Amino acid sequence: MGILDSKIPSGPLADKWTNHKNHIDLVNPANKRNIDIIVVGTGLAGGSAAATLAELGYNVKTFCYQDSPRRAHSIAAQGGINAAKNYQGDGDSNYRLFYDTVKGGDYRSREANVYRLAEVSGNIIDQCVAQGVPFAREYGGLLDNRSFGGVLVSRTFYAKGQTGQQLLLGAYSAMNRQINRGKILPFNRHEMMDLVKVDGKARGIIARNLVTGEIERHSAHAVVLATGGYGNVFFLSTNAMGSNVMAAWRAHRRGAFFSNPCFTQIHPTCIPVSGDHQSKLTLMSESLRNDGRIWVPKRIEDAQAIREGKLKPTQLKEEDRDYYLERRYPAFGNLVPRDVASRAAKERCDAGFGVNKTGEAVYLDFASAIMRYGKEKALTSGLKNPDDKTLRELGEKVVEAKYGNLFQMYEKIVDENPYKTPMMIYPAVHYTMGGLWVDYNLQTTIPGCYAAGEANFSDHGANRLGASALMQGLADGYFVLPYTIGDYLSNDIRTGKIATDSPEFDAAEQEVRDRIAKLMGGSGTHSVDHYHKKLGKIMWNKCGMSRNAKDLQEAIDEISNLRADFWANVRIPGSAEGMNQELEKAGRVADFLELGELFAKDALTRNESCGGHFREEYQTPEGEALRDDENFKFVSAWEYKGEPKDAVLHKEDLVYDNIELKTRSYK
Amino acid sequence: MKLNLKIWRQKDAKSNGQMVDYPISGIEGDMSFLEMMDVLNEELITKGEDPVVFDHDCREGICGSCSLQINGEPHGPDRLITTCQLHMRKFNDGDTIVIEPFRAKAFPVIKDLMVDRSSFDRIQQAGGYISVNTSGNTVDANAIPIDKHDADEAMDSATCIGCGACVAACKNASAMLFTSAKVSQYALLPQGQVEATDRVLNMVRQMDLEGFGNCTNTGACEVECPKGISLENIARMNREYFSASLKG
Ligand SMILES: Cc1cc2nc3c(=O)[nH]c(=O)nc-3n(C[C@H](O)[C@H](O)[C@H](O)COP(=O)(O)OP(=O)(O)OC[C@H]3O[C@@H](n4cnc5c(N)ncnc54)[C@H](O)[C@@H]3O)c2cc1C
Ligand code: SF4
Ligand code: FES
Repeated sequence: MGILDSKIPSGPLADKWTNHKNHIDLVNPANKRNIDIIVVGTGLAGGSAAATLAELGYNVKTFCYQDSPRRAHSIAAQGGINAAKNYQGDGDSNYRLFYDTVKGGDYRSREANVYRLAEVSGNIIDQCVAQGVPFAREYGGLLDNRSFGGVLVSRTFYAKGQTGQQLLLGAYSAMNRQINRGKILPFNRHEMMDLVKVDGKARGIIARNLVTGEIERHSAHAVVLATGGYGNVFFLSTNAMGSNVMAAWRAHRRGAFFSNPCFTQIHPTCIPVSGDHQSKLTLMSESLRNDGRIWVPKRIEDAQAIREGKLKPTQLKEEDRDYYLERRYPAFGNLVPRDVASRAAKERCDAGFGVNKTGEAVYLDFASAIMRYGKEKALTSGLKNPDDKTLRELGEKVVEAKYGNLFQMYEKIVDENPYKTPMMIYPAVHYTMGGLWVDYNLQTTIPGCYAAGEANFSDHGANRLGASALMQGLADGYFVLPYTIGDYLSNDIRTGKIATDSPEFDAAEQEVRDRIAKLMGGSGTHSVDHYHKKLGKIMWNKCGMSRNAKDLQEAIDEISNLRADFWANVRIPGSAEGMNQELEKAGRVADFLELGELFAKDALTRNESCGGHFREEYQTPEGEALRDDENFKFVSAWEYKGEPKDAVLHKEDLVYDNIELKTRSYK
Repeated sequence: MKLNLKIWRQKDAKSNGQMVDYPISGIEGDMSFLEMMDVLNEELITKGEDPVVFDHDCREGICGSCSLQINGEPHGPDRLITTCQLHMRKFNDGDTIVIEPFRAKAFPVIKDLMVDRSSFDRIQQAGGYISVNTSGNTVDANAIPIDKHDADEAMDSATCIGCGACVAACKNASAMLFTSAKVSQYALLPQGQVEATDRVLNMVRQMDLEGFGNCTNTGACEVECPKGISLENIARMNREYFSASLKG
């Protein structure tokens, strides 16, 4: 078992969680009043955890960098949330959701965790409806479902294109109830700068008040990190501007192992980069691939002419277009999983078939869907011999009803009408499967320090399926942590309040102050964004959709040099007292500059292709991913040893007792 | 494009602020308004000056962080979008653009264009929730069928992003549109009925305590709301408040 004990309960898969809960030590209500918990992050995972822990009777302090918990990055999730309710009677079950998730993750996740996720998924929907989350409904008044990529059932619940918003506002309302009762003390516009350990246990944090600049000490009996993903290490991603790795990375530096950093999801349908000024990328929901067909010109001259503005896509005849997903993957066509669709787009663009100025875009075309819907509509409304124009108008109405808000968003950004000309899309960084290593109880390798939501590595293996992140965040927060943390805290009922004037707090605060002083003391040659953009370019070009040993080694060296340059020469105006947004960014970029190197190192170590991790050296003759279960069926867990290059790899071997390992095929 | 920006600069909550001119060039139509601000800030940093502080996060119109009063209008000249979704192609070469923070007594300025909207959180804390435990001991989700029209209408109210444009647009700085959107969401759903009386009374009381003004039905809030929250929400809240006052 080595140094990593995943603490997976014994017994049959379907009974593990129930048995485990039955044997967990409980803390009685009177004692809970004497126990403090810090929850950093108030997205779906942190918000739901904070509300539930407070309701159980613990004293909870929450932290977030935004001005309100309601603004966490979770708010931006569009498509939906999965749950094995089987309301559609299409044969869904806990087992099927479990199976789809393990397979979708290309067999790099832990069976027991994923099964538990499936098991509690139904309850999430009950909980949210009870809270007043306005999910979409059918005319009969019951809940409606959609399908998402990689599965054969309809299990996705949604609230228009704003599912994340509604779920987060639900968790926020549950938090508000506890704030009103005095059980949660919220610290908004506060950033966690370090984790404080006393006698080897997580006992508090050092935070910076972002308005006043004050450095504060907060103690607790346990610390939960629900601080989201690190996709912004690429600079450009679909994540919110402030999303960062600081909290997780600070914990890593204090002893929490970091798992699978190289497992990143690059989403195939995002609005392409338009220029150097670009600050972030916008997702176009996966649901569009139900009706949109993806193509590039067949002939390279046509692609060239389109790029130069001499040819319009609508002028290109059907036989001159290459619907490359339909060609390569006839069985799944445009609905192959995200990793496969993204790589195929890159392959075409690299070969010179890209269709926008930068050569990095493919078409997502709704013309045939519009005509198909138009014909259906004409038939059902009894129109005889309608002309093409009428058909198109009818069809556009149907498409508008389905995807209107996305089409409007596209038009606002690109200034082109996607009803009349195909959308241009390109893959973009979207989600990070890697994160802090946690055991079955969601505890990191530091006792008393827990990680939940996108911040941990737990459930999605090497590729996450659509609508599963929201499910995991809420499962962790509402249903898993509140049980498992009690087991740990039952040993703390006599501990009493944790003092903040201990030498450990003194030392941690001093380190934070020194670090800020060092950042402020740079020679002042370049801005923070300058470094962040450079890092993003290295990551995207050498650690992005496809990777090879040579590039990864170069990336490691380049990032290491860039980091040294950053610390010597960064320019941060103003002072550390009071509001200073450049200083905030600098702290985050400093950590990205370390994580980025570990990311590349992890990718270099994993000599196989699986899920979102594609190594050019390991592919089939047809260019498909080649997994190596014999040598790489493990979770990597990196131990901090100073510089990222010195990090030590520990392996948690993955055991598959209930699922047979197979090659994913979408042909 | 070349533009002349006039931007509100204020060191902190205690200091007085003033408008400062910033000429800027090289702006492209494809840039978003906040990317234009990024360009300005990069220039200021290079010159060794303090960059302009403003709130933002998602940059896709959903988190409600961004604000800005642009040429007198919250979220600028376009309709049904937030400042982060506004693009520079809406402006012309040579334009002067006046950029100020959202102004309201209940939204004090923190620095430059950043304001403190925690009053909105406190209104929600006063009653913007359903008192159900999150431990999972609830009935099956489909045990409560809800009329699709009611569910859709509740969803429309629930899409408020808490940005505060309604307050900034209102000459009385009233928070009625924001507060009524939450009250309406729950009023339209069976789950919200049990606590309806207390909810509306508590939320309205908090709204008044925070120093927001009264509603005189000018409708400016609805025009400027990036999410199209309608005045019907205010009418519904008034009805709820009236019947709650009779009971309570
Ligand atoms: C555009 C988009 C669409 C998506 N759509 C879907 C979808 O349809 N379905 C789906 O399942 N998933 C979707 N996802 C993924 C999903 O939204 C996220 O994985 C999930 O919301 C993450 O939730 P979280 O609670 O883990 O973290 P987050 O919501 O990212 O919250 C992080 C929290 O941590 C705080 N924080 C971070 N660092 C610090 C620090 N140092 N100090 C203090 N606080 C800190 C932040 O303030 C915030 O409160 C989407 C993602 C994107 C980008
Ligand atoms: S009602 Fe509209 S303008 Fe007011 S806070 Fe909500 S979204 Fe913003
Ligand atoms: S930055 Fe999120 S709404 Fe504008």
